[in-house]
Amino acid sequence: MTLKRTFWAVGLFGLIAFAWALYVRFFVHPDASNLGSVVPWGLHVSQYIYFVGLSAGSFLISSLIYVFGIKRFEPIGRLAVFTAIVTLVLALLTIGLDIGHIERFWHVFIFVNPTSPMAWMIWMYSVYMVLLIVEFWFLMRRDLVVASRLPGWRGPLSRIMALGGRDASDAGLARDMRVVKVAATLGVPLAIMFHGGVGALFGVLAARAYWHTPLFPIIFIVGALASGGAALVVASAIFQEGWKAHREMVVDLGRLVLGFLLLDIGLQISEILIGLYGQNPDYLASLSLVVAGPYWFVFWGIQVGFGMVVALTCLATPLRHDPRAVVIGCAAIVVAFVGVRLNIVLPGMSPEQVRGLTNAVSDPRITSDYFPSTWEWILSLGIVSFGLIVFGLGEIFLPLSRHLPLTRKTEEAR
Amino acid sequence: MDLVQLTSRREFLKYTAAGAVAASVIAHEVVDAATAPERKHHWGMVIDTRRCIGCEACVIACKIENQTPPGVYYTVVTKEPLPGAHNDRPVFMTKPCFHCDEPPCVPVCPVNATYKRKTDGIVVVDYDRCIGCRYCLAACPYQARFADFGDEYTLSPLAPPTVSPEYKQYRERIPGTSPIGNARKCTFCLHLQDEKGEYSRDEGRWPACAKTCPGHAIIFGDLDDPESEVATILRERNAVRLKEELGTEPSVFYLL
Repeated sequence: MTLKRTFWAVGLFGLIAFAWALYVRFFVHPDASNLGSVVPWGLHVSQYIYFVGLSAGSFLISSLIYVFGIKRFEPIGRLAVFTAIVTLVLALLTIGLDIGHIERFWHVFIFVNPTSPMAWMIWMYSVYMVLLIVEFWFLMRRDLVVASRLPGWRGPLSRIMALGGRDASDAGLARDMRVVKVAATLGVPLAIMFHGGVGALFGVLAARAYWHTPLFPIIFIVGALASGGAALVVASAIFQEGWKAHREMVVDLGRLVLGFLLLDIGLQISEILIGLYGQNPDYLASLSLVVAGPYWFVFWGIQVGFGMVVALTCLATPLRHDPRAVVIGCAAIVVAFVGVRLNIVLPGMSPEQVRGLTNAVSDPRITSDYFPSTWEWILSLGIVSFGLIVFGLGEIFLPLSRHLPLTRKTEEAR
Repeated sequence: MDLVQLTSRREFLKYTAAGAVAASVIAHEVVDAATAPERKHHWGMVIDTRRCIGCEACVIACKIENQTPPGVYYTVVTKEPLPGAHNDRPVFMTKPCFHCDEPPCVPVCPVNATYKRKTDGIVVVDYDRCIGCRYCLAACPYQARFADFGDEYTLSPLAPPTVSPEYKQYRERIPGTSPIGNARKCTFCLHLQDEKGEYSRDEGRWPACAKTCPGHAIIFGDLDDPESEVATILRERNAVRLKEELGTEPSVFYLL
């Protein structure tokens, strides 16, 4: 249980910092970020695409169970859908704190612009979110009905969450699973499109050579599958002691994640090699920032160190048969993708578009140098902590990892 | 004989639906074309880098005219030597928004808050609609757009809010309200146009940078009017535009 306790401590501590940073963001220094007009997207946008990737990835992994009927991943099923919901909420929270006028978010549904990839992305993840919630509720419905007969606070709470339903029969369960299958089936193309859409959001910008590649939507989806799958292994380790309780599932998931990781590495190498060959100066400027810029260690340390060396050691050597090694390898991937996302957003922005622009005026907002301000860091970590707390609460209040046994009392109710 | 034999209700519905979609698309296009205001002008600039002395009077004039906050510069003057010129003599280049004919910033906006005016080709931002996502900043290949993060020149919170005449809206600069949190850009000082959308150089209603330039290096005018100074220069001299390869068709030309 130590993993869980650490988890709660980190989450609660971070939540306090989060509240403080929110207060500062809204009431003291709304301008306290280090963003500017040369690098207008920074830590928070990277964090946003990171979380959106985790959401799409974990949802797609859950579809293996609910659409394609692969039963051996069943223990992770509900946790996967829950992860998809929580990470999507975190993504929206992050971007909400980043953009200038979040109170106008509804404009995107009123002032429709079908040529904007960002608009498509928002429309699609709105539908995706509804689908996720519907699927999740039907996944848990029977357990909530069963739990509503429990004594203490659990009973009434479960009754509310079950929306007053009383049907705990097997026929009801079968009907639920049909709804789940429909929702999950609709969700698969939606998740692929909206996360591909996030990639397209960057890919369509001809002004940014580093992003303007047709590979971008694909690489985003593959990266989502690798990071989302890895996140599920970590979640299973924390909440289900997966390395003990579901050894085979963890090992199998590790193999799946390895496949996606290798594909992702292949695509990244392909992108870099072809970009290098093209000798486009804008592309080279961004790439040299990645591999030899002031933050070279993000690429060599986090992406290559964690994402390739540690992850492949744990997942591609005979160690892969040991669930504990799989958990470590997957944790390394979850960390590495923070670097992947940072290295997509920042180096693409940083080089000046017109030579001499950043020297033309002396202004902290007109500079290629960007390092997140203290407040940006605190907000970011605060959002992560908030996510940990929501996870913890979900684990307490929802039957995420196990089906409740039908008691005699509930049997009678049938 | 019917060209299409309707054999079932399903098929009937299918064709009806397809017809309705096609009809609505066509109707939309027709209404759009009929109601679109006529293009009267194509405002643009020719910037003569050989006449520019790098005094940056345009930058200051623009800041004063539009009352832009720190970090927002509708025009800047770059001072870089030409690559491959084998000398370190800088080329001064003032760089406003180019008001492209195919502006990459416009189609990406998720809420249609930025658009190219049909009457005179000026690319504008609707401050009340913009959600501040800064996607247009990323899309602009000329870094002509700036995000307003709410910085102030005044140190005292008691100082009265500055008022910008932009878009003839005369907004007071108050934290939490637009244009703070929005994308901002050069408007060719369109608030100086009269009701008919005309500038007048004699009356001083002329973009601030062009009006103030002591070397007459910034020449503003209607590219569509063959008599205008800009059109004459473009006929007689060889002008270049930046990053032609992106197909943005800028309305601002440079003489080297």
